[in-house]
Amino acid sequence: MMDLLLKSGMIVTFIAVSAMFLVWWERKISALIQNRMGPMIVGWHGALQTPADMLKLLLKENIVPSGIDKLSWWLAPFFVVVPAVMAFVTIPFSDKFIVHDLNIGILFVTSITSVCVLGIFMAGWGSNNKYSLLGGMRSAAQIISYEVPLLLSVVLIVMEAGTLSMQEIIRAQEHGWFILKPNLALAFLIYLISATAEVNRVPFDIPEAESELGAGYHTEYTGMKFAMFFLAEYTNLVIISAVTATLFLGGWQGPILPPVVWFLLKVYGVVFLLMWVRWTLPRVRMDQMMGFAWKFLTPVALLNLLISGWLMVR
Amino acid sequence: MNDPGTSFIKKGDELRSEELIVNMGPQHPSTHGVLYLELRLDGETVVDCRVHIGYLHRSCEKIAENRTYTQFIPFTDRLDYIASMNNNLGYVLAVEKLLNLQVNDRVHYVRTIIAELNRIGSHLIGIGTFAQDLGAYATPMFYCFRDREIIVQLFDELCGGRLTYNYMRIGGVQTELPPHADKIIKDFIKYERAKLKEYNELLTYNAIFLARTKKIGILKPEVAINYSVTGPMLRASGVKWDLRKDEPYMIYDRFKFDVPVGKNGDSWDRFKVRLDEISESLKIVEQAIGGLPAGNAVSKINKVYKAPPGEAYLRTENPKGELGFYLVSDGGLKPYRNKIRSPSFSNIAVLPELIRGLNVSDAVCVLGSTDVVMGEIDR
Repeated sequence: MMDLLLKSGMIVTFIAVSAMFLVWWERKISALIQNRMGPMIVGWHGALQTPADMLKLLLKENIVPSGIDKLSWWLAPFFVVVPAVMAFVTIPFSDKFIVHDLNIGILFVTSITSVCVLGIFMAGWGSNNKYSLLGGMRSAAQIISYEVPLLLSVVLIVMEAGTLSMQEIIRAQEHGWFILKPNLALAFLIYLISATAEVNRVPFDIPEAESELGAGYHTEYTGMKFAMFFLAEYTNLVIISAVTATLFLGGWQGPILPPVVWFLLKVYGVVFLLMWVRWTLPRVRMDQMMGFAWKFLTPVALLNLLISGWLMVR
Repeated sequence: MNDPGTSFIKKGDELRSEELIVNMGPQHPSTHGVLYLELRLDGETVVDCRVHIGYLHRSCEKIAENRTYTQFIPFTDRLDYIASMNNNLGYVLAVEKLLNLQVNDRVHYVRTIIAELNRIGSHLIGIGTFAQDLGAYATPMFYCFRDREIIVQLFDELCGGRLTYNYMRIGGVQTELPPHADKIIKDFIKYERAKLKEYNELLTYNAIFLARTKKIGILKPEVAINYSVTGPMLRASGVKWDLRKDEPYMIYDRFKFDVPVGKNGDSWDRFKVRLDEISESLKIVEQAIGGLPAGNAVSKINKVYKAPPGEAYLRTENPKGELGFYLVSDGGLKPYRNKIRSPSFSNIAVLPELIRGLNVSDAVCVLGSTDVVMGEIDR
């Protein structure tokens, strides 16, 4: 019991620190790409910029717009953050450090992260704002659509490893990462694209397309409630990177360095990749994105599943 | 998209959902200033759009009637504030036509170089903000501003201003080009040519960019002409009309350059025409800086000019399109009337035609591709 509490505490600390670090890192990477300096004033190279922003958000006035649907508006931030934090239960940081190695680990992660669409839709619905509503509706459609190819590529991994447990999946990659097999490399691409859409990042950041919708579903939120959406966004980013590392890149496995270091290296490597994409590409259109999910990604994922399955049982 | 006459939606069709009116602007991240679009949405499709302007109205034309000819030059800076030099030039040329004033060759060359450099700066902002509207998070924007910075620095040395220059004078310019301007401009030409290739890789032929802009907001040539659309927007529709070629003012007939035109008149063509025009402008600048004659370009400033009674209209090719100044003089120190024909005003008027039937994201894309500046729409 004590062990579990300790681990949970460490995870929550990790999430908070990691989100803060990622916000700073994202700003620094975008600055690098755009020939800028990025934040430089607060702390060493602006490292304390995020805590300072956090403090500002904490002290901000809590504005409640009129005509809102009170229950859904107040609950929405929690519905976005809590699933994101809960998903960390089965993320294996090393061979020993995992809060609980559920035997349905990967199923748990994918299902719990898809709860956050409810929060986003509640925020959009409850805000009494047309931009928020459009953003929320778009997000619901987007996340549900991309869940399909995402799960189809995960199923392939489960078939290959023969288990749903995260630790077992990593152990199955002892003699070569899954990404090295051609059919699983394709699944990796499908997973990464779908996951980018799941966390609403460019080129799939349509729910919060600022040039069209203001800030989308969180337009009406201020202060700490806004910060919770922000926290959830970066936490989800870590989760999809962690799942990518676990399923395709051999998780915590690696020579010389301790497992935790290997795991974090891989996670932040994937995060860097996603950030790089974000600061380079334009945004796709809503219908193009849905078309891409249903007309291209899903059939390709299905076909990949079919052929790989046939090769396995042959 | 669907003309009411040929629409597949029949009368009494129950499938239509309730229309939603969305007010886009006057404060909205992608309306390029204080433009206010009233969008009627059916789902995400724009059924109708009304453009409301006037939030930046400063009565420039009325002010002109109470200022001497020289005093109005700074006000032209504030029309299309991204291309202040070109506005200065248009006004100064109109006044010179009214006064029947001849200037020497060096003045023409210096003005050409400066105006074309500012055209490059303006187009860079145009394509940068367009990419921004498509959701390419600030990166192309920063690249374009980085390039424009070289031009702005040069202008800063020339006249001390970075946005509103007030550089052109009646009968000349404010200051001579600095001695090292030759090197700066030649370096910039070389630098920018390399960068244009980079922009083609980053944006022009990017699959997502193509998917977002091709066949979006098609402006047919006849519609463009009916709405008196000018500039890159008109040329993107395939109409080869450039005042620098077709009605050469100053010394543009001495330079060799092409007029890039588009094929389909869609958003991609408008973007591409701007990008191509940058390289054409580079050609003009290169030729002009090579053939820069010796002499004195600085004008001896008269406090006031007394124009003979009469009128003059002169139009110039601004980065956004045709900028015309119609000056009427009653023989006094101030113009009796100064009518400004601004390109963006006509270019924004055609917007409802373009975005009807598209969805909201495309509406933003089309608005970005028109590259309008509110300063000259409202004047």
